[in-house]
Amino acid sequence: MNNAPPSVFPHRHLLGIEGLSPLDIQALLDLADAQVEVSRQVEKKKTTLRGRTQINLFFEPSTRTQSSFEIAGKRLGADVMNMSVASSSVKKGETLIDTAATLNAMRPDLIIVRHHAAGAVHLLAQKVDCSVVNAGDGAHEHPTQALLDALTIRRNKGRIQGLTVAICGDILHSRVARSNMILLAAMGARVRLVAPSTLLPPVIGRLGFETFTDMRQGLEGADIVMMLRLQLERMNGSFVPSVKEYFRFYGLDQEKLSYAKPDALVMHPGPMNRGVEISSEVADGAQSLIREQVEMGVAVRMAVLEALASHLPNR
Amino acid sequence: MSEQPILFTNARLVDPAGGRETRGSLLVRDGVIEGLGAQVEAAADARVIDCGGQVLAPGLIDMRAFIGEPGAAHRETLKSAGEAAAAGGVTTIVSMPDTNPVLDDPAIVDFVTRRARDTSIVHIRPAAALTKGLKGEEMAEIGLLQEAGAVAFTDGLRSVTNAQVMRRALTYARDFGALIVHHVEDPDLVGTGVMNEGEFATRLGMPGIPREAETIMLERDIRLVRLTGGRYHAAMISCADSVEIVRDAKARGLPVTCGVSINNLALNENDIGDYRTFLKLSPPLRTEDDRQAMIEAVADGTVDVIVSDHNPQDVETKRLPFAEAANGAVGLETLLSAALRLLHSERLALPKILRALSTRPAEILGLPSGRLEQGAPADLVVFDPDAPYVLDKRHLRSLSKNTPFDEARLEGQVTVTMVAGRIVFDRRPN
Repeated sequence: MNNAPPSVFPHRHLLGIEGLSPLDIQALLDLADAQVEVSRQVEKKKTTLRGRTQINLFFEPSTRTQSSFEIAGKRLGADVMNMSVASSSVKKGETLIDTAATLNAMRPDLIIVRHHAAGAVHLLAQKVDCSVVNAGDGAHEHPTQALLDALTIRRNKGRIQGLTVAICGDILHSRVARSNMILLAAMGARVRLVAPSTLLPPVIGRLGFETFTDMRQGLEGADIVMMLRLQLERMNGSFVPSVKEYFRFYGLDQEKLSYAKPDALVMHPGPMNRGVEISSEVADGAQSLIREQVEMGVAVRMAVLEALASHLPNR
Repeated sequence: MSEQPILFTNARLVDPAGGRETRGSLLVRDGVIEGLGAQVEAAADARVIDCGGQVLAPGLIDMRAFIGEPGAAHRETLKSAGEAAAAGGVTTIVSMPDTNPVLDDPAIVDFVTRRARDTSIVHIRPAAALTKGLKGEEMAEIGLLQEAGAVAFTDGLRSVTNAQVMRRALTYARDFGALIVHHVEDPDLVGTGVMNEGEFATRLGMPGIPREAETIMLERDIRLVRLTGGRYHAAMISCADSVEIVRDAKARGLPVTCGVSINNLALNENDIGDYRTFLKLSPPLRTEDDRQAMIEAVADGTVDVIVSDHNPQDVETKRLPFAEAANGAVGLETLLSAALRLLHSERLALPKILRALSTRPAEILGLPSGRLEQGAPADLVVFDPDAPYVLDKRHLRSLSKNTPFDEARLEGQVTVTMVAGRIVFDRRPN
């Protein structure tokens, strides 16, 4: 049963990018590179997690992240159970801590958690005996997304160090942006934030990132343009006036993209709002890495599960 | 093909931008001021207008006028407003978005801009809605509206009571360098009030509007400006306490400016007298002490601009008991004469008055006019500051006649008004 690789990753949980060292990140990315090859074989099954139980506990609906974790767990041989809020006792008023205690009693080895409240995953991790992976908590962190973005960048550009990465859009509400900002800065990229001021955290300047409210200026000379999804409820007058105006000034189209470097690459965590934050022309264009990001998502999650598995007790 | 140049001679040239006053001539060619001063080369082909020693100054820029078009053309059209403005020496009007439909859509701003260009003899620059439908809930398309030609963003007669909406609007507008103009009057504190709260309202038996309806909203806004850095203009303030608030904000270096209605400079609550509904206004006329404080504030520059707050109302909305009548008075045509009362009472020097009526509005709105200098647009007014007359409202060019100055003795009459190098008003006998 001891077929886990030697421990390269000194953490029991993956709750955020914050707290990971550049070495930790690099180890996960190296591990993920190997998993890409596994997924491209006909025989995609490994035995690293054979006999282990993985629970995907999603308090927020998610298609791609949940299925990505499910496939990753299955390819490593784990028994994967999906629990979404719609069918859980959470709807009946059970508290987060009671849910954690209940699940813990079923003796899972890994719990993957997405929750709408920042910090909820940390709280849950304190109450269970197994490893916990943050699959997104509120506007706080989404570490596997940042890792898969980093893997995609590294495989296409050969490095992260020294690249100029423009993160554009709803930074205020985005856990993807937060995780990426921390990871990319740790790995030596120049991170720029591009958004209308209503979608930037008010004190963002103090965090040491370059910020731009003009998209063209923000994209000038960028190697990577990372777009963020704008939630529907924020489109109509609360944070930005309208979809029409947002796309006109902050939507990535070919014209605005032309301000970035000629070999700039475009990313989006999905799901995309075409015609809101990105045009179809760009999303489906030659500079787009959006499909590749999905593939890297499975690889990165396999790498994370495998790295955590090395810390799971064997009896 | 260029038009015939026009040479104004024998003029008292008052440039409020530089605070200078000289005697001499001014030559206009192709819509701009080509030269001015004592030594202007008289172009041989120029048409000469002898000013007879009268004042020649930049045309007035009125930052606050309500026009009924589209939606209430029986009260005022872009055309009639333009004629009233020209007769009053006003060469640029900023029109308010309280129309029907509301000016919250780039297509409507475009329509008004085109319609004004085709029908009005003066410049009309629309201020667009700050929030959709002027409802104070969701911000309007500030970027697209600005591209369509909106010079400022305001909910017109209404105050944005939701501080979160105001905060986001100031934050968002800052990215576009857009100016937010706000009517500072808390509607809940106004309540059923119809005039200044105080002794006089008590005697007339009418519910009052406390000064705090204005000061609380103004203080809130200024704190939000501190938080966001957005460019902010209080449309009209009316009392001494508000002057202190603005003075303090300016001392802190905040991007805050403000205006005052000509009515609050020229009149006080006692003028309401026998329930005269044409003096029912928002903000209301205040006490004489407040009026004096407002004049001081114009003199020291705390108050940047003087507006007409031109608001045409008809018999249906005004010939009612005071409490039931609509707010508002027309003022485009009397703006200059009423302001000159402050000159004649020796409270304000002429350049100071004209500065608040042309230079400062131009600076705040980012317009090239408002100054008498070479290369500036030839938006000009010639007036005799001492010419006395008694106002007869029947002679007003506005379609609505609700003036608070009916039968008042005024001094200062416009002789010639020029917009973009073309004479649009001329009182001289042929």
